[in-house]
Formats: sequence, C-alpha cells, structure tokens
Amino acid sequence: MLQAIDIRKSFDGESVLRGVTVRVSRGEVVAIIGRSGSGKSTLLRCLNHLETIDSGAILIGGQAMVTTDAQGRAQYKRERDLRGICLKMGMVFQDYNLFPHYSVLKNLVMPQRLVLRRSPQEAEQKAMLLLEKVGLSDKAGEYPCNLSGGQCQRVAIARALCMDPEILCFDEPTSALDPQLTQEVLSVIRQLAAEKRTMIVVTHEMNFARDVADRVIYMEDGLVVEDGPAQEVLGSERSEAIRAFAGDGGY
Amino acid sequence: MRYFNNPEALLQLLRTLQSGMSSTLFIFAATLIFSIPLGMVLALLRMNRHRAVSMPVALYILVMRGTPLMLQIFAIYFAIPMLTGMNLDRMAATVVAFSLNYAAYFAEIFRGGMMSIPVGQHEASKVLGLTRAQTFFHVVLPQVVKRVLLPVSNEVITLVKDTSLANVIAVGELFRAAKNESSRTASIEPLFAAGLFYLLMNGAVTLFFSAVNRRMAYYKD
Repeated sequence: MLQAIDIRKSFDGESVLRGVTVRVSRGEVVAIIGRSGSGKSTLLRCLNHLETIDSGAILIGGQAMVTTDAQGRAQYKRERDLRGICLKMGMVFQDYNLFPHYSVLKNLVMPQRLVLRRSPQEAEQKAMLLLEKVGLSDKAGEYPCNLSGGQCQRVAIARALCMDPEILCFDEPTSALDPQLTQEVLSVIRQLAAEKRTMIVVTHEMNFARDVADRVIYMEDGLVVEDGPAQEVLGSERSEAIRAFAGDGGY
Repeated sequence: MRYFNNPEALLQLLRTLQSGMSSTLFIFAATLIFSIPLGMVLALLRMNRHRAVSMPVALYILVMRGTPLMLQIFAIYFAIPMLTGMNLDRMAATVVAFSLNYAAYFAEIFRGGMMSIPVGQHEASKVLGLTRAQTFFHVVLPQVVKRVLLPVSNEVITLVKDTSLANVIAVGELFRAAKNESSRTASIEPLFAAGLFYLLMNGAVTLFFSAVNRRMAYYKD
C-alpha cells in the first residue's frame, strides 16, 4: 500500500531523517513512536508531501510520488499527478486545522465540492454520514470555535475521511487534549482500526499504540530502531531502547 | 458670523460645498475601487518567493509610502504629459495618484493579514487536495477580510480627509470649494463647515465598518 524507501531529509544541514524505510500494507495500523526530535513527525509530513525529501522514494498504492535520480536527487512527480497521488493520503493534525470561518458541515463539504467535484447533495450526505460516525451529527451547524478540542479533532477526522483516503495519517492527534478528551478521540481511531482502515499514527500514547496498532515503529535520531508487531516491540520482552524511552526502567 | 445668522448666505454656502462634494465622493469611491484590488495583487507579489518579483514591489511600496501624496499628485499630473505627451485631466491624475498611493498601504495591510493566517490552514488545504488558488479564495481570503477590517477602516477614514489634497492641482472638490468661498467672503467659517462635512462622512464610514464587524463576529479564530 505504501512504501517509503531510504528517506533522507535535512533542515539547514541538520539531518532529521537519515535513511528511513517504512512499508505499510493494506488494512494495517502502524504506530510510530519516539522522542521529540526523533524525526517521526517529519517522516509523516514527508509522506503527505508537506515536506520535500532530499533523497529516497515514496510509493503510494503502487504509484511513485517521488523517486531518486542517478545523481541522488529526489525527483517529484508533476504538480498535477502529485495532487492525485497525495489524495490517497488523509492527514489529521495535532491542532486540528479546521477552517474557523466555516461551519462544521461546510468544513466537510467544501473540499469534496472543490476537489472531488461532488454535487452538494452527495457531499452533504457523505458529510452527515461521517459526522454521525464520529458522534457529532448534532454539531453540523456549529462553528469550530464553539467545540471542545476533542470534538474539533473528531470533526477533523471526519473531514479527512470525506475525501475517501486509502491511508489515514495522524500526527500526534491527542497531544493537545486532556485525558478525557483524548479517550473520545482514541475511541474513534479504535473504531476505524476495527474497520480495517489503513492508518499511520504518530503518537505518545504507548498504551494506545500497544492496543490498537498491528505494528509499532520506534524511531531515534532520524532512524528506525525497531519495527515489529506491537506485542513484541512494546510487550514484556521489550528492548533496552524502548525501556529507556518508555521510562519504565525494566521489569 | 457672516453665515450662521444669515439663512440666505448659509444656503449659498451649502450649495457651494455641495458642488465640491460630488468630486470628493468621486475621488473617494474611485480610489477604493482601484486601490483595494491593486493592493491585494501587490501584497501577493510582495510575498512571492522570487526576489526578482518581491524586491521591485518592496521598492514601490517604500517610495509610495515614503514620499508625500501631494508630491505624487503633482508628479503624475505634470510628469505623465511631459513623458508621454498624453494629456491627463485633473480628476484622472488625482484618481491615478490616490489609487497608486493607497494601494501601497493596502498591500502592507493585506500582507500582514495573510501572514497572520496560521500555516496549518495552508497545510490542511493542501492535504485535502485544494489547489493554491482554491486555498487562497476559500480558506485564506475570507479569514483575511476579518483580520484586516480594523486597519482598513483606518485607511478609509484617512482617505476621506486626504481627498482634500486634490485641491493642489485645482480639482474642485470640497476643500477647494470651501477655500474659494472663504477667500471670497474673507471668512474662516466655510472651512469649518467643510470640516463638519468630512466629519459627517467619517461618521458614516465608522458606522459602516462597525456593521461589517458585527457581521463577521459569527466566528472567532
């Protein structure tokens, strides 16, 4: 479904990703964990073309978004093709990034109308269906400023789903939320995992990663240090590196 | 008290000022119609990542904001016929000078407004597949309008009063009408009456902007 091969990326000479390879299969839920600055968010942003990579290759659903030429430079697809490939990816941000000047419903309808050219009826129907799924159909007419953080994040998830992405990415979706609001967002993600949606979740929630993810990737200093089934990476046989990260000092 | 205890003279004064009002309102309206879109274009060019594009615009804004509008009015009225041989009428020269000048101020206001839109709004638009034009018109611009309302109202109020500068190339607007009347009758009262007119116009401008502001209060950012 998704392949990112030997991704390298630096900001102002500082290497943030130093050759990261990640593969995600259809229906798989992958959690990426690691300290702040380990490169996990940057990796996710590269997969969504919010950052451009220096070298490496990214293939989504068999289509190349970027490859590397013989000189070792990243070559991106043309703008028009790129947009189509990127539409296979959905993204949910830490701070929601809802459009504050639009109602909840319009937040969900506008991109469908403009990008997918859906009819108003079709777009609204889809939007209401997904608002129901995240438990917010009664908030369709509200503006984002009148919602709680957890509700905003659920709207953001519904908005991403409206575009029918093949892979849904989450960039620390609960980091701005208190524990109670975190739970309402995590339960939505759990529900999506149960439906076998392909998802990549960058998170600090270790318990959530263990419970929901099929696979856990642990990153450190721009490299993938561990990549395996959640029960192995985060289970009682966890490695020294994970122990140190989780701060459990071993047990 | 030449006028205020003499109804006939007062009526005459009002008629004179009214004749200047039409030019004043014309300069005001034409300047807004031209300078606001031009200001938006300049703001976008100023924000272009290519320095070859942004630097000339920055220079333009520096010159237009850095020299007196009165001088610019003279320059356009006298220099354009000299350079091109084209004869520019007084009103046209005035509207061109005002529009070019106010566009520079609006450009900086719009640029500030656009830069205050969080980068997350652009990123969300991009991952949803919006083109750059769609992002501008459906996400950025509507939010910028709300954010620039106060500084724009400042400029519009200043513009009402600046229209009086057109009298330096003998455009018969409100201030010139008052000045002529003032020297004809050797009285300062017409000038104060003109002041009252400017104040009334700005009262209307203020009411207009409070109404727009109320209309935009349906969301908070």
